Amino acid sequence: MATGVSAPGRAQIGQKTLRTDRWWLAPLRIGVILAFFVIYATVRIFMNKWYWVDAYHYLTPLYSPCVTSSCVEGSSHLGTWFGNFPRFVPFSLITFVILAGFRGTCYYYRKAGYRSLFFAPAACAVPEPHKSYSGERKFPLVALNLHRYFFYGALVFGLLNVYDGIQAFHGKDGGFGIGLGTLIIWINLVALWLYTLSCHACRHIVGGRLKNFSKHPLRYRYWTFVSKLNPKHGTFAMTSLFTVIFTDAYIMALSAGWFSDLRFIN
Amino acid sequence: MSYKGKFRVWRGDSDGGELKDYEVEVNEGEVVLDVIHRLQATQTPDMAVRWNCKAGKCGSCSAEINGMPKLMCMCRMNTFAEDEVVTVTPMRTFPVIRDLVTDVSFNYQKAREIPAFKPPADVKPGDYRMQQVDVERSQEFRKCIECFLCQDTCHVIRDHEENKESFSGPRFLMRIAELDMHPLDAADRQHAAQEQHGLGFCNITKCCTEVCPEHIKITDNALIPMKERVADRKYDPIVWLGNKIRRRPA
Repeated sequence: MATGVSAPGRAQIGQKTLRTDRWWLAPLRIGVILAFFVIYATVRIFMNKWYWVDAYHYLTPLYSPCVTSSCVEGSSHLGTWFGNFPRFVPFSLITFVILAGFRGTCYYYRKAGYRSLFFAPAACAVPEPHKSYSGERKFPLVALNLHRYFFYGALVFGLLNVYDGIQAFHGKDGGFGIGLGTLIIWINLVALWLYTLSCHACRHIVGGRLKNFSKHPLRYRYWTFVSKLNPKHGTFAMTSLFTVIFTDAYIMALSAGWFSDLRFIN
Repeated sequence: MSYKGKFRVWRGDSDGGELKDYEVEVNEGEVVLDVIHRLQATQTPDMAVRWNCKAGKCGSCSAEINGMPKLMCMCRMNTFAEDEVVTVTPMRTFPVIRDLVTDVSFNYQKAREIPAFKPPADVKPGDYRMQQVDVERSQEFRKCIECFLCQDTCHVIRDHEENKESFSGPRFLMRIAELDMHPLDAADRQHAAQEQHGLGFCNITKCCTEVCPEHIKITDNALIPMKERVADRKYDPIVWLGNKIRRRPA
């Protein structure tokens, strides 16, 4: 029996969608960006090299914190927590799990992924190709409800990134210094924090779960602040995606010696 | 300045129908509903169309214009090129009655399934006291004009007729969120939202927000907060423990 827009009783219209605009463009564009990031990040975390610039103490966010004995000298500025990892295991496995988990369960990326990768639906009033649909009620998609735990993890990693950012004010002779890499790292930090703080789970945790704001004035102020950022969560999500890639690519290039850092101070 | 606009309008009933082509006069400043009315007045007196306020406040003239769920009275003709064919069909999620009129009783059934506002047992009518700051969050949801465009565009029921029984749709999940955020509502809305009204079906693709003529942020302000509240109850052991030992009411 026909279902969806062809279900019995509904207006019988041959075309599945009558949209005349380029509805496919946005999901295609987002899909390409997401696919690029997934491939780039996967390749990078398995490279296990070119993540640290010793002269200026630049550490790429994809490898922060680098806490195994396998990390190159100097990059473990938070200490060595683990022994040597086997060659095929990324040093940044924990970072990758937390940050990929944060983005993968994020409400914005869920929308983007459902539209661009799963076509559920690709665009509004455009039929999805799936015969049945159970949403986020069953395994594995029910696990998306754990987004808040990844948010907590992202907060911790965000603080570690700030520490890395402070370390990046390092001159060639060991004193204070600023280079283009320092600026790139800090721009990425701002983008990452805007993305993290505008998160829907953050909005809920700081005050959204309350029924009576009047009894919790401080939490209401936090909630109001996050609520101002929240409408731009999608913009921050995509901006920070690009800044992470750019920061990592820049540090990789410096580390590999493809070009040198533009220095402003020392 | 007027011109002859090209229109394709679905004509038929639950037994069948087709898109029919018409040429209708279009004048400056008009909306799609004006042209549909002129079509009815000059060429198709038997064409069924539901309308009332012509001001985007009654939610009666919901339809699909060039495939997108919209209010006909709020869709300006100057958003189309003069030679563009404008296709108008009834909402495709609900059973059609005739021409552009659909049977939206599914929505009234779902509305009836939501228990009304329930104050605490020890608070009598007349003793309700609440701060503006506590109620203003859910006042956004009261802008809803019940046009059911969000219901129409939601793929959970649009593409899967079988889900209609277990999914109430964005409009009514928003109603549940409104009640759950109400400072004096004492009913258990979170359990009902997930288990009886199918909140877990929602995959937050935001089409409901996209089509809302009142620009209510349905997904960001109602559905996602409700999902997070359900996660508190159902998927978060730390919050569960915190609620057990909490001293102050939320």
